[in-house]
Amino acid sequence: MVTYMPNTPSGPRVGLFVTCLADMFRPSVAFATVKLLEQAGCSVEVPERQTCCGQPAFNSGDRKTTADIARQTIDAFDGYEYVVGPSGSCIGMLHYYPEVFDPADSYYQRALDLKSRSFEITSFLFDVIGADALQDQLKLLQFNHKVTYHDSCSGLRQMGIKQQPRQLLQQVQGIELEEMEEAETCCGFGGTFCVKYPEISNRMVSNKTDYISNTGAHTLLGGDLGCLLNMAGKLKREGKQVEARHVVEILAGMTDIPAIGEADYDLAQKL
Amino acid sequence: MEINTPFFKQRAHDALKDENLQKALGNLKAGFPEKRAIAVDRMPEFEELRNQGRDLKNHILEHLDLYLEQFESKVIENGGQVHWARTSEDANRIILDLCKQVDAKTVTKGKSMVTEEIGLNDFLEANGVQPVETDLGEYILQLRGDHPSHIIAPAIHLNLEDVSETFHKHHNRPKSDDPAVLMQEAREVLRDKFVAADVGITGANFCVAETGSTIIVTNEGNGDLTQTLPKTHIVVTSIEKVVPTLEDMTLFLRLLARSATGQEFTVYNTLSTGSRREGDQDGPENFHVVLVDNGRSEMVGSEFQDMLRCIRCSACMNHCPVYGAVGGHSYGWVYPGPMGSVLTPQMIGIEKGGMLPNASTFCGKCESVCPVKIPLPKLMRHWREDEFQKHLQPKAARYGLAGWAFLAKRPALYKPYARMASWFMKRLAGKKGRIKKLPLAGGWTDWRDMPAPQGTTFMQAWKEQQKAGEQP
Repeated sequence: MVTYMPNTPSGPRVGLFVTCLADMFRPSVAFATVKLLEQAGCSVEVPERQTCCGQPAFNSGDRKTTADIARQTIDAFDGYEYVVGPSGSCIGMLHYYPEVFDPADSYYQRALDLKSRSFEITSFLFDVIGADALQDQLKLLQFNHKVTYHDSCSGLRQMGIKQQPRQLLQQVQGIELEEMEEAETCCGFGGTFCVKYPEISNRMVSNKTDYISNTGAHTLLGGDLGCLLNMAGKLKREGKQVEARHVVEILAGMTDIPAIGEADYDLAQKL
Repeated sequence: MEINTPFFKQRAHDALKDENLQKALGNLKAGFPEKRAIAVDRMPEFEELRNQGRDLKNHILEHLDLYLEQFESKVIENGGQVHWARTSEDANRIILDLCKQVDAKTVTKGKSMVTEEIGLNDFLEANGVQPVETDLGEYILQLRGDHPSHIIAPAIHLNLEDVSETFHKHHNRPKSDDPAVLMQEAREVLRDKFVAADVGITGANFCVAETGSTIIVTNEGNGDLTQTLPKTHIVVTSIEKVVPTLEDMTLFLRLLARSATGQEFTVYNTLSTGSRREGDQDGPENFHVVLVDNGRSEMVGSEFQDMLRCIRCSACMNHCPVYGAVGGHSYGWVYPGPMGSVLTPQMIGIEKGGMLPNASTFCGKCESVCPVKIPLPKLMRHWREDEFQKHLQPKAARYGLAGWAFLAKRPALYKPYARMASWFMKRLAGKKGRIKKLPLAGGWTDWRDMPAPQGTTFMQAWKEQQKAGEQP
């Protein structure tokens, strides 16, 4: 079953891959993604039968569970022109699906097909819709702060996401991007890595928060909630005054919502 | 060499607290990766060379038997001998026999990771033959009773003060902390050892099938003295080092130097082709090549075959944030970093080596700098699959994964659970927006706060919003 948006525009029909972290920790990131897709003229639907992309199973060596979840996701997103989500890592996992099936399996071709249709949100907006697709909306936005951008590993090295978020951010009024040292180095999250090897992960994220605060940025931006929760959590523990947000929150003009790990915000009470 | 890989976590803990080591690792980070980046920038076709390197290695591995046999027959033609060693024990025994044949008391050694892999030094010493390392880093380590922590910069974990103290203790000379003085000291001490040695042992970066040559690349020239002065030269190397032609070799030399140190060419590139011929000015009377298998032939045709493309440049570890945090000794055996995390389980068994392929965030930096494009994260994942099938992972991790999988495969059940978790964590955080201590998540909250969720899930909020939108 799918839920349909009212006022369906004429653009492509997009299935939103919510990602489990946006679902559980920061629904506002998924809402921002929906808003951006609609501004780009897409009609957005949220397939009910999605859960997680299966990456925890894949990276733990559990091929069978990975394949089960892959089938479920492939079925859930059947028929959409595009599948878009706010994470290079989770969409990157969708791109690994062909690897988990035998080429003789009927899901193999469907996995290839899903791969060809699925995009991380900034890459979708910039590479598929076009660089100036959102220029009318973005130029109305104001964010008078210095920001720095963390390139998440899967987004950067698997999905080739580097310029897309930066080019989109540049169109926002007042924003100043200051690159940090080693922006492309892993923050130490790594899914289960951060709890399996907490001390090593801690060293990696401590390096990262040093680089972040060295820029003097007001806000840290990124495209993956896993990395952002990790870095925001460390910034908070260290008492550093840097806010952390998913890039779509800026692009969708949703900065009235408290940043990650900041003061109280209860979405449940707002509904 | 003693296997300490199962203690990776404890060793990493100690390494993170070791200020000297952390200082040394900081130097590494600022050194090799930057130099590599400059070298690569200066060569627009580098990416194409990587593809060629990958394809050529794949071709060689498809025809490994052919090229190895060709190499052997050429070595014999040149007056040398080839010895095939299936295991480390076989290799050590062969090398010892060759030393005994010339009644060797001391052997000089060029840098060789394969001899570390087979534990040659300890074996020779136990059997009355004294090995002398002549690579500066290896020499320092030998004096200290230490082992390499990096495959091309073996003493990278040491600082100048460590070297100064070691030399002062062993060389019986005034203490100096001037690198040039220390270097001169080592040269003088080693000079006598070169002359006295009965046998010279080197590794090989490549074995050339068309000529029967082996090549070593060094930046110190110690390898040349090791292999030309003694009566017997023994090359100890492994079967995947063979390349078809000299021209093929040059492709890998171009990739190797840039990937390793950012040099366009290594300082000394020395080819050895057979034993001394009539009229030759120098060279060994006896030339032997020991080809070590030690599990490699099992990798051919397996899901780990890609690993045999490795040309031992060290780019993967130089760029690895985990290696950069804990250093090479934490890995507990011969090969550290991403390449070690794939090779070590093959050589010591996944039961003992399982810690390593798990100690990765799969950030992919290693693969992105590998000169022969080895998919290192994918190969580490294959080891995790092997562990999963053999139930080797810790119980808590297995049950946790199984519980999560049960829910993730059932969307109707998953959703209320996600909502509950979100609600529960929200309550735990109170008004602060973050959690200082989360039950069962100490690995996270011991080191960082857990940002609070927004109180409900997106799926729920979306559903409610849609419902509200439908009302007139």
